Amino acid sequence: MYILPRLCSRHLRQVLQKSCSRNLSTSSKNVPHVCIVGSGPAGFYTAQQILKGHPAAKVDILEKLPVPFGLVRFGVAPDHPEVKNVIHTFTNTARNERCTFLGNVEVGKDVSIEELQGAYTAVVLAYGADDDRTLAIKGEKNPNVISARSFVGWFNGLPQDRDLNVDLDTENVVILGHGNVALDVARILLTPISVLKKTDISQHALDALSRSRVRKVYLVGRRGPLQVAFTIKELREMIKLPDCRPVIHNNDVKDLNKVIEDLPRPRKRLTDLLYRTSMEPSDTDSQLWAQASKEWELRFRLTPAEVIETEGKVTGVKFYINELQGEDLVNKIAKATSETEDIQCGLVFRSIGYKSIPIDPFLPFDERKGIILNKKGRVENRPGLYCSGWVSTGPVGVILNTMTWGFETGKVILKDIEDGAISSEGKQGNQIIKDKMLSNGKQLVTFSEWDKIDLEEIKRGAEVGKPREKITQISEMLKVARS
Amino acid sequence: MSAPLLKLQLFCNRCANYVKSASYKYRFSHKNIKNVSYSVKRYFKTTTGPLFHGEYEMQDPKSPEEVVNITFIDKTGKHIPIKGKIGDNVLYLAHRYGIELEGACEASLACSTCHVYVNDKFLDKLPEPVEEEDDMLDLAYFLRENSRLGCQIVLTKELEGMELTLPQATRNFYVDGHVPQPH
Repeated sequence: MYILPRLCSRHLRQVLQKSCSRNLSTSSKNVPHVCIVGSGPAGFYTAQQILKGHPAAKVDILEKLPVPFGLVRFGVAPDHPEVKNVIHTFTNTARNERCTFLGNVEVGKDVSIEELQGAYTAVVLAYGADDDRTLAIKGEKNPNVISARSFVGWFNGLPQDRDLNVDLDTENVVILGHGNVALDVARILLTPISVLKKTDISQHALDALSRSRVRKVYLVGRRGPLQVAFTIKELREMIKLPDCRPVIHNNDVKDLNKVIEDLPRPRKRLTDLLYRTSMEPSDTDSQLWAQASKEWELRFRLTPAEVIETEGKVTGVKFYINELQGEDLVNKIAKATSETEDIQCGLVFRSIGYKSIPIDPFLPFDERKGIILNKKGRVENRPGLYCSGWVSTGPVGVILNTMTWGFETGKVILKDIEDGAISSEGKQGNQIIKDKMLSNGKQLVTFSEWDKIDLEEIKRGAEVGKPREKITQISEMLKVARS
Repeated sequence: MSAPLLKLQLFCNRCANYVKSASYKYRFSHKNIKNVSYSVKRYFKTTTGPLFHGEYEMQDPKSPEEVVNITFIDKTGKHIPIKGKIGDNVLYLAHRYGIELEGACEASLACSTCHVYVNDKFLDKLPEPVEEEDDMLDLAYFLRENSRLGCQIVLTKELEGMELTLPQATRNFYVDGHVPQPH
């Protein structure tokens, strides 16, 4: 029938296409080798795009730790397991025959970027943000002033934070910052242990939280309710925390209903929730909240001036009271007045943003923004060097944003390969890494060895009713990997 | 086996299925879209156990009464007609046919990577989004009145002819290198 001629022409077209691409790409000495530094979402999504967009390109993903997945493993809160489903997609990518995961390799120490550029067609820096912003105020160095990033690393089993000294023997906690990380910290401090113990939260954190005396958490921001950076899902969770009362002062939100209609939808819905929670709580909620033993309070227009210490212990934070300036409804600037206010507390968390570090002193780096200088992912003045994810955009964004950026960077690299802007000639790939690790006596961890660590963590978790019990010491990870 | 012979075999299979008069009614509750994959698992058990994410969508329609034709419009504007069936989850149907709909959180309303625009004629035929879907849509790029999450759209006969457009989410966004987003 009419199908046969169409089938034939389609078949013919496919045969022609295959023979063309065969001529262009697959002689083995010109196979593009791409090296991605960092195995978090940025790294994996960039890898995914490159593997999809080129029939022969090989992608190696390097990771400083023996275990992959970056912030998906160490940043997403233990009570948000659905967000971690993306690990399945990443696992598929890692198991692609053209993809090789190399764990326990620290770029900058075990191998340099320059050496990588000599061995790879393209090197992509996707190592995220290991550091966080500081306030530079008096008292900030007290051990009970803790970066939210470290606290999250602590309860998520990040090896470098496992020994964080978190003193929860205090009733009042102040969290500086109005973002989702600040809410994560508050939520973990206020969630009943009966709930936390069924998550993959690290055991040492669970033990410490079981002994916690924390009863009241202040969430303090420099600006007002229209400038909060947290999102509605996380705010709802805070409002619905069991045995916990939300405190949002009427004076802070009472005029918002006049401006709500002018706001774009996401900001409108969020502001509406803040308004209704404060001004129009339901009877059921009011009753529940009246009986709650814990509470969290939103405070606005306060900039920390000093951490107050008494006999070496944190006893409070002094704030400047701010006024908001600017014509725009949402984009306001905080200007400190001369008035101050003190909030008493025994523990302070600083949640004002993450920050990237340059892993090589010769990287063109913007110290203020904390990003590698780049145009659309191409590192400035360094052909063959690219960056992806937070290290290139700044440390803001959820999976969606990092995914989009990872795909974009992947496409840029594919285009550069196709245009001949970068050459694959003489590029050998990961042999140099293997040689260097061997000569340094450092153990490489492959993806199937990560599978062993994964299974061991799940096994240990099952013994205590958790989805997994993360191994928090690098030496132990390496031991399980080579078992 | 070569491509044309494979196509012939598929064509013959389709003819055979058409001839067999298998048709069964699928009762579907609109009450809670979020749990629909669970309801699908309950109704469609095979001898090997309940079906999981994407397995149901990998199966061809068993009869023409089941078929729901929809069209995806990708980021280049290309129209891709897809033959789905009643009960198909749009996200997993897209995966079956290689449409670029990511679905990072695997339909658990924890991301917005399966964001699509539904053409207006069909927007009202979909059940209202649950609060959690609206919360996630708030984070999507270029949110519009007709935005929905693909993982929350399950095909019914009423949706025959629906067009789903993939959003643009690219260069415009990073023109100056930095746009504030939550994390």
